[in-house]
Amino acid sequence: MRHTLRETWTGLRRNLTMTIAVIVTMWVSLSLFGAALLANQQVDLVKGKWYDKIEVSVFLCVPNVEGGQCTSGDGATQAQKDNIRKVLEANPQVQEVYYESKHEAYEEYQRVYRDSPVKDVLTESTIQDSFRVKLSDPQQYLGVVEQAKSLPGVQAVLDLHPVLDPLFMWLNALKWGTLGMSVLLLVAAALQIGNTIRMAAFSRRRELGIMRLVGASNAYILTPFLLESLVAGLIGGLLASGTLALGVYFIIIRKAATSITTIMWIGWHQAFLAMAAVLVVSILLSVLPAFAATRRYLKV
Amino acid sequence: MITFDNVTKIYEGQAKPALRGVNVDIDKGEFVFLVGQSGSGKSTFIRLILREYRPTKGIIYVAGKDLSTLHSWKVPALRRQIGTVFQDFRLLPGKTVYENVAFALQVIGRPTREIKKVVPETLDLVGLSGKGKRMPDELSGGEQQRVAVARAFVNRPKILIADEPTGNLDPATSVGIMKLLDRINRTGTTVIMATHDSTIVDQMRRRVIELDAGAVVRDQREGVYGTA
Repeated sequence: MRHTLRETWTGLRRNLTMTIAVIVTMWVSLSLFGAALLANQQVDLVKGKWYDKIEVSVFLCVPNVEGGQCTSGDGATQAQKDNIRKVLEANPQVQEVYYESKHEAYEEYQRVYRDSPVKDVLTESTIQDSFRVKLSDPQQYLGVVEQAKSLPGVQAVLDLHPVLDPLFMWLNALKWGTLGMSVLLLVAAALQIGNTIRMAAFSRRRELGIMRLVGASNAYILTPFLLESLVAGLIGGLLASGTLALGVYFIIIRKAATSITTIMWIGWHQAFLAMAAVLVVSILLSVLPAFAATRRYLKV
Repeated sequence: MITFDNVTKIYEGQAKPALRGVNVDIDKGEFVFLVGQSGSGKSTFIRLILREYRPTKGIIYVAGKDLSTLHSWKVPALRRQIGTVFQDFRLLPGKTVYENVAFALQVIGRPTREIKKVVPETLDLVGLSGKGKRMPDELSGGEQQRVAVARAFVNRPKILIADEPTGNLDPATSVGIMKLLDRINRTGTTVIMATHDSTIVDQMRRRVIELDAGAVVRDQREGVYGTA
């Protein structure tokens, strides 16, 4: 064990420039990979669970909510709800109608606003239940919106797609752009690890030859090489995690979330998920190529 | 201890076999000279014993194991029972004499306490007492080969293989190495030595196996180098 650790350390020092190259490549590529994960989570967060399934949301009256067709102080009655559903389902533009109960709405609200100070503003009784409507032609939303607005018991009707689609276009471009670049760089990092191990094995071929001759086990010979790239990969992964944490803190939490408050922004929860994923990928991406390279260049 | 049963080895991409239908039995404690011209198959014979290659045909038993069915992860265990010495010594230039010998034990995971006891003993045995702290390049060729023998024998293997161990040494020094190998053989270790040195073979009068173009052409008790 002591020998293995010492060999790992010597190896890292001997190949210092290559080790630094691996660390930097891993760092940059994993930061981009993490950014892609964050962009993806940002899109999911804003979309909520309904966005991809429906176009128009019909929010119903609840006590203490004003506006629309609400009778002041009262919620929508069951008869009104039945009527709304019947009218919506009868509309030829409508393909499907889902009902989201107060309970379901509250759970979704708790999930999305988990890290936000507004988490406790609404309770299960004050949150609005709603009908979620899927259109047969998403472009033709105006007719359904106008019709729903006039029904008794309806507080508000929203179609978020015209508003949010441009934002999602940017976020998706960011996601796929960073993902593409990170994949290219991760391939480069994997090749670099393979190359580093080949050079290390070549420069130590005398020693390795004698080890094999006197019967050192494969694990004994290979472990220092695997540990070496694992250490380099993990350092790269940790640096990338740090970069993501700083990015989320300064760009999202300090800047975006305070200046654009109309949408929900990702926070520490999503940042930690992305950092964990980055660390897992850094381990896999350093050990797997190293394993392949040792099998190829350190045949016993 | 070592059995070759109708062994043929053809290297990939070559038409001519390096070994052809070789049948050899070497008992425990024997001292065997392997002679023959360059390219006659001596090195292939040795490398097959070490399981660096598998035979194309035939079966090889070493220390009770059938090498053709031996799993590759068991090869290290096999090699721990075989000590090997080469013409070019193969010492690690950055390590002292002591460290070179200790290295063979360290890499198979022997405890430090044992290493501290066995390495000086072995250095005494090969006649290098007091030279443990020297670097290999400060030693004469004969002394370097003694270090290599110490490294091969420090683990007390059942078999010692020497591939032209005197090839780089002058006759007087060679005699010293041969005396050392003879001593090791007297401890019960099977010794197999490939050589071109006719003087040594003729003096020692041990079993001689001669290879020619991959076939055994002579297997003689108390033999000599040339056909007598």
